[in-house]
Amino acid sequence: MSLGYIIKSFTLWEFVKAHWLTLKYFFKAKATINYPFEKNPLSPRFRGEHALRRYPNGEERCIACKLCEAVCPAQAITIESEPRDDGSRRTTRYDIDMTKCIFCGFCQEACPVDAIVEGPNFEYSTETREELIYDKAKLLSNGDRWEPALAANLAADAPYR
Amino acid sequence: MTAFFEARLGLPYEWAYFLSMIVGILVIALPLMLAVAMIIYADRKIWAAMALRRGPNVVGPFGLLQSFADGAKVFLQETIIPSAANKGLFLIAPILTFTVALIVWAVIPFAPGVVLADINVGLLYILAASSIGVYGVIIAGWASNSKYPFYSALRAAAQMVSYEVSIGFVLISIVLWTGSFNMSAIVETQRAHVFGLLNGFGFNPLLFPMAVIFLISAMAETARAPFDLTEAESELVAGYQTEYSSMAFALYWLGEYANVILMCGLNAILFWGGWLPPIDWAPLYMVPGIVWFFAKLMFFFFVFSWVKATVPRYRYDQLMRLGWKIFLPVSLFWVFLVSGWLEVTRYGVLG
Repeated sequence: MSLGYIIKSFTLWEFVKAHWLTLKYFFKAKATINYPFEKNPLSPRFRGEHALRRYPNGEERCIACKLCEAVCPAQAITIESEPRDDGSRRTTRYDIDMTKCIFCGFCQEACPVDAIVEGPNFEYSTETREELIYDKAKLLSNGDRWEPALAANLAADAPYR
Repeated sequence: MTAFFEARLGLPYEWAYFLSMIVGILVIALPLMLAVAMIIYADRKIWAAMALRRGPNVVGPFGLLQSFADGAKVFLQETIIPSAANKGLFLIAPILTFTVALIVWAVIPFAPGVVLADINVGLLYILAASSIGVYGVIIAGWASNSKYPFYSALRAAAQMVSYEVSIGFVLISIVLWTGSFNMSAIVETQRAHVFGLLNGFGFNPLLFPMAVIFLISAMAETARAPFDLTEAESELVAGYQTEYSSMAFALYWLGEYANVILMCGLNAILFWGGWLPPIDWAPLYMVPGIVWFFAKLMFFFFVFSWVKATVPRYRYDQLMRLGWKIFLPVSLFWVFLVSGWLEVTRYGVLG
């Protein structure tokens, strides 16, 4: 034990240094944001809650090709289809089990008509598990609600595809 | 106040005395509960700020009402008593902790003459009462009939006994210097203690190391970080409180923080001049003594939180080593030094 060590340990030098450091941090700007009131910026490629989009004339985009159902690694998507009265093929059922979904984005990559997309919304927590099993109506209403943001995100990402 | 009740309400002396004591107790205990709520909030805010976080900021302005929201939540919960627990002891333990945390405040002088019980053995009373406090923890650990609370109770017993030894020696040096166990007398002795200018034993180079030892031992005594081995959550779930819920848990919570405030107050009273301003200069006495006392108390609470935010938890053997192999010999040696100094300066070398 050197003299320096003894002096250091009896003057609690290491502790004084550590407390000086934390005191400096005490007056620093906060690293966290004030979440529900402030939000971080999101990339146009952010993969959040799913939505089924429509054409501007109100026609739903999905043509029931079932590529998304095939590519989905978590097998969260279930599609049933039938010809509609006018002869076009449309889905009669389009369910996404959000508790299975891993948000890989393969469904929107696979979609030939940009119908299924993952939007910027990540605040859709629910109180029951059943509410997280989305059906076609819920997905279409998501699409209607988020269409401006979805279109803007797709347009922003288009030059890179 | 006794005289007031006698004159105004026409009560006999005994009843007037009784009534004035009840009022005095309420005047101390109710604001103390409020102070505990605010101090928990302050603790969380300080801790958060040092970790670059925001801390509670949603309930009320700046989150000031967070503790009350937590309290309401806790009171509305069900009190769960484990079927294997010893029911009577299980319920008595938190009440004991809480009561002991409150009764110590009887001898704390807030300002000249403002003290509920100005007894001559105030310091002994504090030592005795805070020693009873450990029973709350031990009984909880035993009555829970669960292994982690039991381990925690064993640790708490060993820890509090170890650090009470060095606290005892620190207090002995204070008492030697003052010549009294009375808290108010201890504060008054500190007036113009150093160079006839500085109020407080802590400014005395001979007593300053004792002030540091007392501060650290106070943290160990209240089981605050870095000495919070009793609730070491990585090993013991939540320590002795593991099986407690609802009101019983809240009582531990309140009692613990009341003890922390008490220890901050004791630091202020014993070493830093209690209600006296730090410098013996007339204009500073314009500020009421109670303001100085609470300012010092808040400062020491900030130090407690600061330490909690900075230092990682001790290992159990390190805790015991610090208590028995460093603090005990150092404080014992310092009692020797202080008493020698007093002998030489007050009575001469040959007495």
